[in-house]
Amino acid sequence: MLAQLFRFKGGVKPQTNKTISVQEPIAQAPLPARLFVPLHQSIGGAPNPLVQAGDTVRKGQLIGGADAWVSAAVHAPTSGRVLAVEEHVAAHPSGLPTLSVVIEPDGRDEWIERRPVDHQSLPPERVRELLRDAGVVGLGGAAFPSHAKLTPARSVAMEQLVINGAECEPFMTCDDMLMRERADEIVRGIAIFRELLAAREVLIGIEDNKQEAIAAMHEAVLRLAPDYRVVAVPTRYPAGGAKQLIRVLTGKEVPASRRSTELGVQCFNVATVYTAYRALACGEPVLSRIVTLTGNVERPRNWEVSLGTPMREVVALARPRADTGSFLMGGPMMGFEIPDLDAPVVKATNCIIAASPGLFPPPPPEMPCIRCGACAEVCPHELQPFELYWFSRARNFGKTQEYYIFDCIECGCCSYVCPSHIPLVQYFRFAKSEIWAREREKQAADAAKERFELRNARAEREQAEKAERLARAASARTSEKKAPPERTNAVDSPPAAAAGEPAAAAATDADAIRKAAIAAAMARARAQRELAQPKNTDRLSAEQEREIAAVEARRGAQPATPEATAGAAGSGAPAGPQRGE
Amino acid sequence: MMAWSTPPYLLADVSVRRVMLQVLVALLPGIAAYVWLIGPSILVQLVIATLAALLGEAVMLRLRRRPLLLFLTDGSAIVSAWLIALAFPPLSPWWLTVVGVLFAIVIAKHLYGGLGQNPFNPAMIAFAACIVSFPALMSQWPALGLKLSLAEQFEIIAGLAPRIDAMSGATPLDALKTALKLGEGAVDVPTLLANQDVFGNFAGRGWEWVSVGYLLGGLWLWQRKIITWQTPVAFVGGLTLLAAILWAWNPQQFASPLFHLFSGGSLLGAFFIVTDPVSGSTTFRGKLIFGFLAGAIAYVIRVFGGYPDGVAFAVLLMNLCVPLIDMYTQPPIFGMKNPK
Repeated sequence: MLAQLFRFKGGVKPQTNKTISVQEPIAQAPLPARLFVPLHQSIGGAPNPLVQAGDTVRKGQLIGGADAWVSAAVHAPTSGRVLAVEEHVAAHPSGLPTLSVVIEPDGRDEWIERRPVDHQSLPPERVRELLRDAGVVGLGGAAFPSHAKLTPARSVAMEQLVINGAECEPFMTCDDMLMRERADEIVRGIAIFRELLAAREVLIGIEDNKQEAIAAMHEAVLRLAPDYRVVAVPTRYPAGGAKQLIRVLTGKEVPASRRSTELGVQCFNVATVYTAYRALACGEPVLSRIVTLTGNVERPRNWEVSLGTPMREVVALARPRADTGSFLMGGPMMGFEIPDLDAPVVKATNCIIAASPGLFPPPPPEMPCIRCGACAEVCPHELQPFELYWFSRARNFGKTQEYYIFDCIECGCCSYVCPSHIPLVQYFRFAKSEIWAREREKQAADAAKERFELRNARAEREQAEKAERLARAASARTSEKKAPPERTNAVDSPPAAAAGEPAAAAATDADAIRKAAIAAAMARARAQRELAQPKNTDRLSAEQEREIAAVEARRGAQPATPEATAGAAGSGAPAGPQRGE
Repeated sequence: MMAWSTPPYLLADVSVRRVMLQVLVALLPGIAAYVWLIGPSILVQLVIATLAALLGEAVMLRLRRRPLLLFLTDGSAIVSAWLIALAFPPLSPWWLTVVGVLFAIVIAKHLYGGLGQNPFNPAMIAFAACIVSFPALMSQWPALGLKLSLAEQFEIIAGLAPRIDAMSGATPLDALKTALKLGEGAVDVPTLLANQDVFGNFAGRGWEWVSVGYLLGGLWLWQRKIITWQTPVAFVGGLTLLAAILWAWNPQQFASPLFHLFSGGSLLGAFFIVTDPVSGSTTFRGKLIFGFLAGAIAYVIRVFGGYPDGVAFAVLLMNLCVPLIDMYTQPPIFGMKNPK
């Protein structure tokens, strides 16, 4: 069992505060009067509602079907009646509503017909589909659909499957308790993932401050799968970050630009593995999860909570103390303040912490950065947070990307140690969202520019064609009219008339040819101008490009484009009104 | 609702004030040796410098409409003030100290944007400005064996008593350089060191122990993780390497690395000046480059230049290079060390 451990650089050691919530076993939370099950509980596509108000549902019944490959199904956590499918406040820092299925439990808790399957008898694609349809997502907090992570890379053999039981966030103990109480199911679940990935070895990483969990997992592994290795990893936040745990257990470093499968390694949370086992071996989709209720409460404990249970009712189970000011979802390092306790527990709700000014004192005032470099010392991705901070502050987003802002995992170590109390993570989130917004704008502007150029080209082409047609017609008329006079002359026309008529005809022909020639020359000139014009649109600032995009959008919104049509018809000044806009 | 709603909700118990306070504490061993061996006048200078710094800081904060109490109590101005007092001759007239401190606080610090924004080390700016402006006063160090009471010293600083000749000695570095220059090759370093009472056991008499005090304080700062080892080690390395090469080549005309290390501002510079995070380099390799070149330039200036010591100018020159050094020494990040 002696494994060589690697170190990840950086990290911090905040007070763990974990012991308070592991004194009692996991308890079953009572069903609320109403469940608000959001359809969108995972990264990726939002599932489509499959029920409507008035329907009765059974426990485990599919109520939201995955709408894409990266998406996961949602199920009725109990039997009852669908009251509505409507917008309800989400468990998200924004507090914005999301489409949710409101269920009134009937108290009978009647299951649908559960169909356990033997995953070994099914092709891997089918197993992945089953996992998606059972709503199995990463329960560590990210809620990424697990089936989408269960395809090995084509060219690289899967060397290690890392199972994450590190649980490095302070206060949080839901994985700890799950491992203590349900180690067998976890170990059996690992087998499913291991076979799907054809992983050579399995490493189960658990922080060394969870000795009971390590012992329980060890014991289960010995009985069920002796070739798995349970490894105690040093307790240091964020050892439970997937990339950090992979580094500690395998020595591999997965940069933001690559997938871990490309390096022959993949990582899953213990609770995810547990739900995968329940989904396949028992036919039970993900209907509940373990939630740590802790912090400033009378009775900290882990509860198994039905998804969709309003947080207000969950929180009440722990009996928050009177001076509780707010509640956090997730840990104190990466979690967020719950804006509204009407929000329901979802698959990502691993922990709810009652916060008080005593427990989490408000931060001292922000001071200027003194470049002390403490943030760089603790950054687990070895970034230079203070440099990123300067560039973010200066809105120099190009530079933030040069300094790898997208490798930042927002673990909060930098903010934790900053002697100037700068909310660094907020600056980085700001920079990232700005970059994303600009990227979107640029794409829109590029699309608009392309449309504009295509339309101009089409106008040019049509005009040139018209000019050519005119010229052809004119020359045809000329030759036509040149020929007949000879005939008339020969047959019956008087000489005087014969002499005058061709002259008039020749005059009109010459006119037409001249007109056609002018039109063609104008078309050529315009084409040349068009060729020359892109020069001053070559090096546009982002500002200008945005303006152009806005103008394009406005023009696109206008019902018709009379100037453009007129221009295309050859009014002589097609570019004028457009440029003037 | 709570006063804030952004993660992380846990913060380590650290602050700028605490960092600065520890720097001040780390200066105490050096100051104690200074008082004991050189004279208590340094205490008067420290008080003058502190008051001037707080005054300058307060006025500038008010002019810049910044929160007064928050920044006055961050301790950064006091650190600058103490470093200036320790770098200046201990019997400087009070106004010289005040001019130096105000130059540091007002011009080198606040005109560039205050705490964290100054590209140059404020204390070294003060030293450079004053040694260029008042070269005579800045070179008047108390002659060894000058026996003056604290009251008499205070009177001299306050300008109440005449500045007597006996108190205007030279620093050991300056004494050595002058003697070598006057001797024109006829005198050699070992004889000078052995015969002149300005020299002590391994460097300047008295001053060598002040330097030891700075060394102890610096090691404590390193142990407390307020400073990192790279810059001081590289600075000492740059200084002693040059000193060792020339000393090995011609020990008659060049003092030993040990002498240089414990003379002048070497160790004050190594642990308290080049380690200034605001004006120094921040990357691992950058700190090594920054420290090494600062040490080497300091040696060149103090041995071949016209000034008694070269630390200030060396640091300022290297401050100029910091953006460039940092740009070219960015470390590889997690997962990018072996790009395939």
